[in-house]
This record gives sequence, C-alpha cells and structure tokens, in this order.
Amino acid sequence: MAPDELNVLKDGMRMLVIEPAGLLGTVQRLKSEFQFDLFLDVTAVDWLGKSPRFELVYHFYSTAHRVRVRLKTRVPEDDPTVDSLVSFYGSARFMERECHDMYGIVFRGNDDLRAILLYEGFVGHPLRKDYPKDQEQPIVPYRDLAAEADVGSKAA
Amino acid sequence: MEAKLRNPVRSIFEQTRREGTVVVNIGPSHPATHGTIQIIAELEGEKVVRADAHCGYLHRGFEKECEAHTWHNLIPYVDRLNYCSGLINNFAYCEAVEKLMGIELTPRCRYLRTLLSEYSRIADHLTCVAASLMEIGAMTGFLYLVMIRDFIYEHLADLTGARVTYTYGRIGGLARDLPAGWLARLDEILDQYEIFVGRIHSLMDRNRIFIDRTRDVGVISTADAIDWGFTGPILRSTGAPRDLRKDTPYLAYAELDFEVPVGIKGDNYDRYYVRMREMDESVHMIRQLMDLLPDGPINVDDHRCTLPEKRLVYSEIESLINHFKLIMEGPQVPAGEMYSAHEAANGELGFYIVSTGEGVPYKVHVRSPSFVHLGGAHRLMEGFQLADIVPTFGSVNIIGGECDR
Amino acid sequence: MRARVIRIQSAPSAAFEYISTKKDELVGWARKFSIFPYPFVTACCAMEFMAVSSTPYDTDRFGAALPRFSPRQSDLLMVVGTVTHKQAPVLLKVYEQMCEPKWVMAFGVCATSGGFYRNYGTVQGIDKIIPVDIYVPGCPPRPETVIDGIMKLQDKIAGSRHPIITKDF
Repeated sequence: MAPDELNVLKDGMRMLVIEPAGLLGTVQRLKSEFQFDLFLDVTAVDWLGKSPRFELVYHFYSTAHRVRVRLKTRVPEDDPTVDSLVSFYGSARFMERECHDMYGIVFRGNDDLRAILLYEGFVGHPLRKDYPKDQEQPIVPYRDLAAEADVGSKAA
Repeated sequence: MEAKLRNPVRSIFEQTRREGTVVVNIGPSHPATHGTIQIIAELEGEKVVRADAHCGYLHRGFEKECEAHTWHNLIPYVDRLNYCSGLINNFAYCEAVEKLMGIELTPRCRYLRTLLSEYSRIADHLTCVAASLMEIGAMTGFLYLVMIRDFIYEHLADLTGARVTYTYGRIGGLARDLPAGWLARLDEILDQYEIFVGRIHSLMDRNRIFIDRTRDVGVISTADAIDWGFTGPILRSTGAPRDLRKDTPYLAYAELDFEVPVGIKGDNYDRYYVRMREMDESVHMIRQLMDLLPDGPINVDDHRCTLPEKRLVYSEIESLINHFKLIMEGPQVPAGEMYSAHEAANGELGFYIVSTGEGVPYKVHVRSPSFVHLGGAHRLMEGFQLADIVPTFGSVNIIGGECDR
Repeated sequence: MRARVIRIQSAPSAAFEYISTKKDELVGWARKFSIFPYPFVTACCAMEFMAVSSTPYDTDRFGAALPRFSPRQSDLLMVVGTVTHKQAPVLLKVYEQMCEPKWVMAFGVCATSGGFYRNYGTVQGIDKIIPVDIYVPGCPPRPETVIDGIMKLQDKIAGSRHPIITKDF
C-alpha cells in the first residue's frame, strides 16, 4: 500500500480502493502497522447495471491515532465472494452475516453465514436493487376474514 | 393449528451440542430481553457454557425504505432507530447529509443540537438504568427514574410536538426554535433530576444485593472489547477513555468542559456507574450550553435544503417553486458518499450515505452500535450463571430498533 | 279432523334470563377490573408502555397494571410495537397459549396496520394473524390514548356475554 494509493477525501476520511485478492494483506497491514484496531463496519453498494456489480465498503478506526479509513473493493455478480475478516476481528462475524443476508455476498472463511436479520426460508436478498420493496414472504398464513364469523373476542 | 409453523432461526447447537448440557431458549418475547432478542444458551447446570444470540425480529426494512423516500422524508424513520434517544439519530443523519452537501450550520443550531443531544442521552441512560434495575427487582429505582424521564418527555413534547419520536432535526437546521420559558423549565427539570438520581445512588451504590449481582459479572477486558467492536459506555467501563465527543469533536463539544468517566473492571457494576456518571456530565454540559447559547437563526439560509417561509411561499413564485421541488423531489444532494459518526448513548452511531445526485438516496447504511454489541454479547455471558444473563443483557443496552433496523 | 300438534320450543324462563344477565354483569365487572396484560413488547411503543404503567399515568388504577409474563396466566395480549414476519410465528404461538377469555390490544399504528413500514419485513397489521379487540393508534400513542383504549376495552368486556360453558370448554 504505497502512499499514492491512499486518497484523502475532502472531509478528512482516508480511502483505499483495492482488488478483492489483496484484501487480507491490506487489512493485516492496517491492523498491525497502522493500529486500526476497531473494525467499524462492512456494507455493500449495489450498482445495478455496472460491472462488477457490488462494491464492498469497509470502515476501520484507530483508537490510538483517532482516524478512520475506508476500504473499497468490487466483486462481480456471478461470483460475489470475498475473504472474511473473522480471523482479524471478532466483530466481523455478525456484520458479514448481515451483508450476506442483505446482498448475498459470500465471505470465504466465515463458516457462520446464517440468516441474521431475515429468517430461515427467506428467498432472495432484499437490499439488492432488483428485489421489490413490497414483496413479502409471510411465514404465518394470513387469517381468512371472510370465513371467520365473529372477528373479536371469543368470549363474546 | 394444523400446519406446524416453521422455526424462523437455526441454532448453532443443533450439531455441536456437548454431553450433559441443556439448551435453553430465552426470548424473543421475554420481559428481560428488551423486546426482541433471542438468546439460545447451552447450560451445564446453572453455568452458561455457550450463548448464541439472535436478532432480526424487529427488522423493519429501514435501509430499503431509504431508497424509496426523499432525504427529508427519512427523518421520521431515522428517529425510530434508537428510540430511547431519538434526537441523536436525527442529528447524526442530518449531519451526514449536510456534510455531503457542504452545508455549515448556524451557531445557534450547533449549540442547540449539542444541548438536545445531551438531553436525549440523559433520557436514554435513564431508560437503560431503569430497565436494568427493574429486571433485578429494584422496582422503586425504576419508578423514580421513569418519573424524571416522563418530565423530559413532556418537556420535549413542548418543543417538538412528540414525546418519544421527535422528527425535529432538519437538513440544514431544526424544525422550529425554542418556545418561551423552555430554558427555565429545563433548569427545573435538571434540579429535579439531581434529587431523584441522588436517591438512586443512595439505594443502589452500596447495596449488598446489587453489588453481589453486578460486581464481577459480565467482565470483559479492553482488548477483547475493541476486538469485538464495543464502543460507548461498555468500552469506557473497561477503562479505555474513548469518546468521540473528545477524540474527534463535532457540533459544539470542543468548546465544552466535561470529563469522560471510565470504569475499572468492565463488569456490570461499572457499566451502571459509568452511565450514572455520564448523565451527570451531560447535565453539566447542558448547564454550560444554556449560558453559551447564542441568538440568531436556526436554519441555514440555503435554498437547496431549507424550506422557505410560508408567507413567501404564498406570495412569491420562486419560493413556491422552491418549496414544491424540495417536497416533491427532495433536496438535491451532490453525488458522492459520506460516513459521519456521532457518539450516541450506546456508542458510535454512524451513517454511511451514497448519493447519485438526486433527491432520493441511493443507499443509506446505519452503523448501529447495538448490532455490533450483540455480536460480542456472548463473550459477556459465557462462563457466568443463567441468572446473570438478565443484568448483563440489561447493561449492554441492546435497542431492538437500532440493532435490527 | 285430526288435531295438529304444534311443538313449541322450550324458551328459557324470564327468571333464568334475568339471573344470567346479572351474572354476566357481575362477571364482566370482575373481569374488566382485573386485567392481566401480557406485554408483547417489540419496539418504540415500549417507551410509552413503560410510561403508562408507571407514575403519573398509572394503569394500576384500572386494575390493569400487573403484567403476567407468562401467556398462560394472562388475559390481555398487548402487542406493543411492530410485528415483523420473523416475529409472527412467535406472536401466534403466544396467542394460542393464552386461555379463554382473552382479549388483544393492538398498541400503536405498527401493530394496527403496519405503520409507515410498507416493505418485505413488516406484517401490515396484526389482525392479519390474530383477532384484535381494540386498536390504539399513535406513533407512539400518548399515555392518555392508551388509557382511553383500556377504558373502551373495559366497556367492551363489561357489555359482553360471559358464558360459563363455551364451545371450547
């Protein structure tokens, strides 16, 4: 990670854009050399229509130096796989689960990618741009109000 | 019910359970799990060997709603994230959008936002401590603290119109200015607060039962806490004086004189005490801000985001068009991305927004402290008793709306 | 000419009607002032639920303050806050575990109709899953609104019939 690859944005945030293959090496250097000990967040942006489609965005914070850094990488739609950071940070486990739930990004190395915000049996990844907002997938079948005679307290 | 309902979660204990242990399900409809968290615990006798926390029972699709509403219309949704301290969410979100638009707030707005953030922080800590005390049996403590919280709610209802979910922040300022007599009433409430909190201190601090239930329970070290992503009062209770208001000051915090309370061991007692002391520091900050509050306009004079005055809207065509475009299309935020974090009552509350130049966001992501804390909550519960899950969980203060969004 | 026998249905006597009406009034009075709520708390409405249960609004005046945290021991299911699709089976299970007579209060607009969350995750009103007796609107409702809702529910309980033998028993 040479100094010229590091962008400093106008709000003071440092940003790095890398290839997915270099993720583990970069995070290793960020954690050990530059003391970015607090892993803040991982999320994805769905650029539907562009290729590669998903842009993964990581944020780290250094408690000693009080700076933040943003790390971005892109993965394609047909193979949205990237390495997992669970070996570096414990907090990565839950956050990668959420990113997988919402976008379908597969984190190689995180063996616990169960549904966290959604439920077992939910088909699809809701935050993708091609998932319609109102498409509900109910687990409990809705009541048939026409069939029920009295809608109210059964004691009545 | 003829058809068996599908289980919405899958526990990790299905394959990996050990001999001689019992798997117990706590939640998600449980009085002590703050609404909607489910903890599946593997017990050996009374000791928790492993704990698996599940959230998502309150996933209301906030981030998907964000892509269908204008930047202004999202402010009510943002309120309902950490609903105990609604104003902090408002201001953190508005600041992210303002930074992306390049707007600088007026001085009065900055100080007023700081004052209201601290006021909301007091309400949040009151709720957390009150609920924790009720869960371990100290009902009197709950009633005292909720009394003060009710004064705060009524007072904020005078200002914003609502008791719990305020929708008071606006991009570029606030909804309206302070009504007459508001600051005088604030002074009264702060005095009442000190009386009531004094009673809580006298009931709890040296109470043998309270100390036995909370000292050395739910212990975590600083290194572990940072590894598992803890921020806010939990990290401070381990001894690390990390506070975004001091480390990377925003709003008017750089001009205030306040301390950052830290704990010694990182156990439940320390978290309770750190929250009590933080409330005192907030009161101290509010008193300073009441003196420092300058006069002037509340909203920045920028037609890109501030709604024009109603009398101009009804008389001038330019204001009418401006108003119309702001409401129907939303403020045009330049293309780009921004991450902006505030020190919320639970820790670092960050908003990551992506804009493509329109009045509707392309993406809004909330870095919620409760979600990350839930990921590390099992570290606080493993190795302790089943009955310790309740005070530990109460001291972590997982707010369902913020955790699941 | 053959006599036609007209069978008259045996009508309950006036005295029986009077006694059962008085019994219903007595049982209704007892039931309405001894409500044991099960607070099925999920979201922001919990803040107002805590406020209405404690001073100065106090549901204890109505006999409705003592929450029973087991559905088997309670009779009013207060669904406080948003119910999502993931939470829906839990709600149904809790409702079915309650014994008769039971009532359901939809506390807040999210429980009434889904609130302003119209997306893949939220159930658009709990009456799609369980029958509801009283809807208390508000986001969140002020404590006075909740008390008004409890009083209307009490009127409903007082005015309804309380048969000793029902089709389930």
